[in-house]
Amino acid sequence: MFSTVRWRVIWITLLVLLCGWALVPKEDDQGNRIPSLQLGLDLQGGMHLAVEVDDSDAPPDMDLDDAVERTLTTIRNRIDQFGVREPNIQRAGDRIIVELAGVQDPERAKAIVNQTAFMEFKIVTDGSAFVNALERIDRAIVNAVGVDQLRPTQLETEVDLGEVLGAQDSAPQAVSADTTAADTTAGDTAAVDPPPGAPGAQDSAAGAQDSARGQDTAAGVPGQQGSELRPLSALLRPGRIDGEFLVATQDQPTVAEWLELPEVEEAIPNGIALHWGVEDVAAGGTTFVPLYVLDAEPLITGEHLADAGPANRDPTYNQPIVPFETTRRGARLFERGTARHVQDNMAIVLDERVQSYAVIRGILSRNAQIELTPGSSFQEAQDLALVLRAGALPMPIRIVSEFTVGASLGEDSIRQGRTAFLVGIVAVVLLMIGYYRLAGALAVGALAIYVILILGGLAGLQATLTLPGIAGLILSIGMAVDANVLIFERIREELDAGKTPRTAVDAGFANALSAIVDANLTTLITGVILFQFGTGPVQGFAVTLCLGILASFFSALYVTRTFFMIYLNRRASSESVSI
Amino acid sequence: MRLFQNANFSFLAVRRRAYIISGALIAIGLGSIALHGGLNAGVEFTGGTLLHVRLAEQPTVAELRDLVSAAGVTGVQIQPLRSGGGETTGEYLLRLPLVDEEAGLEGVGPRVQSALEQEFGAEGVERLRLEGIGPRVGSELRNKAVFALLLSFLLTLIYLAFRFEWRFGFAAVIATIHDIAVTFGFISLFNVEISLATVAAILTIVGYSLNDTIVVFDRVRENLKKKRKESYEDTLDRSINETLPRTVLTSSTTLVALVALFVLGGTVIRPFALVLILGIVIGTYSSIFVASPALLEIHRQARRRQAGPAHATG
Repeated sequence: MFSTVRWRVIWITLLVLLCGWALVPKEDDQGNRIPSLQLGLDLQGGMHLAVEVDDSDAPPDMDLDDAVERTLTTIRNRIDQFGVREPNIQRAGDRIIVELAGVQDPERAKAIVNQTAFMEFKIVTDGSAFVNALERIDRAIVNAVGVDQLRPTQLETEVDLGEVLGAQDSAPQAVSADTTAADTTAGDTAAVDPPPGAPGAQDSAAGAQDSARGQDTAAGVPGQQGSELRPLSALLRPGRIDGEFLVATQDQPTVAEWLELPEVEEAIPNGIALHWGVEDVAAGGTTFVPLYVLDAEPLITGEHLADAGPANRDPTYNQPIVPFETTRRGARLFERGTARHVQDNMAIVLDERVQSYAVIRGILSRNAQIELTPGSSFQEAQDLALVLRAGALPMPIRIVSEFTVGASLGEDSIRQGRTAFLVGIVAVVLLMIGYYRLAGALAVGALAIYVILILGGLAGLQATLTLPGIAGLILSIGMAVDANVLIFERIREELDAGKTPRTAVDAGFANALSAIVDANLTTLITGVILFQFGTGPVQGFAVTLCLGILASFFSALYVTRTFFMIYLNRRASSESVSI
Repeated sequence: MRLFQNANFSFLAVRRRAYIISGALIAIGLGSIALHGGLNAGVEFTGGTLLHVRLAEQPTVAELRDLVSAAGVTGVQIQPLRSGGGETTGEYLLRLPLVDEEAGLEGVGPRVQSALEQEFGAEGVERLRLEGIGPRVGSELRNKAVFALLLSFLLTLIYLAFRFEWRFGFAAVIATIHDIAVTFGFISLFNVEISLATVAAILTIVGYSLNDTIVVFDRVRENLKKKRKESYEDTLDRSINETLPRTVLTSSTTLVALVALFVLGGTVIRPFALVLILGIVIGTYSSIFVASPALLEIHRQARRRQAGPAHATG
């Protein structure tokens, strides 16, 4: 099945089609085009940071592993905020690697990564203060941005509010005093109130939100009159709980920009602070980013947290819980603060972003715990514990290496690499055809298949193409013909020895094999080592080198052989071969 | 077309001359390394900051150096980059030493950049690349690179020992060491920076040179099996001559592709391409003039020992 000419042609065609298919650009769920070849940071521009926990001031018994995990959580949280498409943040030993493609402002990105985590617990207000101020805020936006800039935003997609609300799940969790802890001071146990956001709670929502719901979607909020522009109101949807509003994901950057305008900040009432949430909310086929109206004053901050976690399970109800402990001073502040807000929601804010919120079931003190909604996974609890720990025990970090490439250099590299690649191929083709005539042309055909295989292989493996990778590609073109050359020289020798073309070709392939295998395997060893020990760009080089060797194996031994078989089958066995 | 058909050169007869050439190349290289006070290790290995900028005004190196020192950064190395045709490009590589290990990396690059922007205007300065490597990462990368070089060496040796007789493996190793030594010499002569990419290039050369050597040795092994009545030296010469067309053609196609990369590939890739070009020329030379003579010497040495002390002539 592998050796007849027909099957060989079928196998080759299939493989080429497969690789060709891998090279066709695809689209993701959102209809964005995904390029078939992933470009490394050095080609598309961007930055690479290696970050370490700065443990110079840390106590000697610090758990470094835990510190790195916490820092990873903090950095992930911040980079999400930075709005880079597909950031790559991963842990490598005790280091954290941050890769941001196409970052325009590396200094700002660095500054964001470099901050120390800051956590606050803040009360979620009922939102009325914000709703009452909306008219003023809208006017401030219109004045600051200008009417002409705003018109298009009035034509936003209409969302069926009933659908939005119907699709919401209930508020996920509650926070209560930890009854299992030894020095519990607050006696309140977990209450059984319906969590806000559940159907019953929605009915009793603040009047401001009720009327908002009653409005036409395009208008969004009460008080919309005739042609008056209400840019912000028009984009807000009521959320799952009081004090939560939803902004469609595509509108979020615009709204965030407006809210940072000085005129708008002035229009926002003093006692409240607006914070975005980290988790998207999906409803009615659209995703939304939640915007929370919180008390400006935090109940406590990260410095009042003594420790948090690890996540465990409630002994009675078996749902995941995350315990946390405050400092002595924190306990006093916490008691005073929560006493006024029993049954209100408390938001956990890390680096300005709401990570989670929970209903306060009673006065909280030194030891408290967050109960996750029944049915939540243990993983969610562990993530929350990590967030709390990140805020409780912030670690200073230091950047140990950085690598930034401007987009223009990347473009230059791609353009120049492409030219060099094409010129290199043309030169090799001319050399081969000039030297081996028809057999050279067969080898060039095999080389063309080789190029498709290697590019398709890169795309299929989702390997990253780097600048040294392009160099590896060009180098491998030169080396790919080596196997062909070994075979052709061997065939010539066999012909010189007086063999008929057919036996000479067979003997040529057979006798050249050992040299080809030995030579390629040694290079393959080098490639594998480079891949193992190299970083970023060098790994890209190693990948193209290894793929190149495998593809050249196949193209020389199988494809060229098949071409020869076809060529020899078409002519009388006595004729000479063009080699 | 056929080149070197029935070639019959006596390569081994001139091996002493080749030894002299190789010895001279290595001596020149070592001399150059000594003169430069060691190899020109890049910031990846030493720690420090590399700033790659394009300046519209194309100042001289001395002018740039004054600017950088005025910004309070001393010990800068400045290298203007040239295009494949040798014209100036307005691109410069600035290597800035670690100013303060405690302060880390931040600051040095931006400080120099803003000094440049003050002089040439924000539009006149385009930052193309910035690499900052802390001292610890630098020494880690250095160790990794050395380890990778040694490991690849060891593994190929094991492979050769497995596939060939020990004499072949030994001769191939001598040729490879020769290649690395000469390549490092040229790297020093051309003042190419040793970066991770350069190390990758050197490893590739090791692979390529072994590849070349193996093709010849494979033929030697085959010819030895045929048990012709000819001396070991003649068998080696015959094998080199038989594989000569392949050696020349493959080296040519590879070199052609690499020259295209060197000339057209841009300033970042040029040093990498240069090292590969040098390495492939050296590797081709060594597979003919170093590996096979080494094999002959090893063979003779072994024969002498086998013949026993009674027949030893010294």
